[in-house]
Amino acid sequence: MSARRQSTVQMSRFVRAAVTCAAVAGFLPPSGAIASGPKLLPATDADWKSECGSCHVAYPPGLLPAASWRAVMAGLDRHFGTDATVDATTAATIETFLVTHAGRDRSPSPTAGPILRITETRWFRHEHDEVAPATFRSPEVNGAANCGACHLNVDSGRFSEREIRVPRSKP
Amino acid sequence: MYDRPIARAFALSALLIAPAALAVTPADIARGYAEEAKQSIPPFSGFSAARGKAFFESKHGSEWSCASCHTANPVDPGRHARTGKTIAPLAPAGDAERFTSLGKAEKWFRRNCNDVLDRACTAQEKGDILAYLMQLSNGGQR
Repeated sequence: MSARRQSTVQMSRFVRAAVTCAAVAGFLPPSGAIASGPKLLPATDADWKSECGSCHVAYPPGLLPAASWRAVMAGLDRHFGTDATVDATTAATIETFLVTHAGRDRSPSPTAGPILRITETRWFRHEHDEVAPATFRSPEVNGAANCGACHLNVDSGRFSEREIRVPRSKP
Repeated sequence: MYDRPIARAFALSALLIAPAALAVTPADIARGYAEEAKQSIPPFSGFSAARGKAFFESKHGSEWSCASCHTANPVDPGRHARTGKTIAPLAPAGDAERFTSLGKAEKWFRRNCNDVLDRACTAQEKGDILAYLMQLSNGGQR
């Protein structure tokens, strides 16, 4: 094995180890994708994009584990205070898509139910720990669920650090 | 237009059965609601844009009105009251795709009437809202 080849192997081992450590520490999105990577959207589905993307960003399925998506889909008649029901065929298509591309459940709790809000996951909180609560509350952002307020290319599923602009609150 | 009962029944069933396959206009959808309203309210006397506007802007005793998300001038883009996401204009004059699918119109009436009124809207109410939205023009409210 050449020295160069060997160093590549060592480097890839190092990267794998680093990713594993980060994952264990809960710093990665549940899917294991690198948090600041350019793509958080490994797959797409027309029904998911149109139905889940009307009132809010069509949140990438990797951001919640399968049990969470099943619970979300079971409660669409009272979806965070609104009626988001879809017909049974569309619901089945969307649920299959979400569950197929769901993230891993890294902190299952035997007592509490599945997390329904992405903003309550450890991954989300870690990624946004430098954002002041007042920024989330500002009228320009209007809450942590409004990804597009800061993530400029959210409609293309891009959440890269280079594609963020936090709006300044008007005095 | 529908002077024979059979033609009327056909037009209505075509609207109800094959919404996805059928290219419809806002006026087609309004006619469907008129047919429905005639069945349920015998002295049906047509739709009113003024009544639709009042209904659209009323909170009906709850937290939101239709205008909370779609604005009081629905030719303009709206903003979701909770998430802040931009919503395309609701009036056909602001977005030509609005009310060109009966399935989509029915889905959103079902959801949003439930959000605002905590019940389904009647054919009369839906027709009034549509009458209001259809008479809006790009230059603002007439």
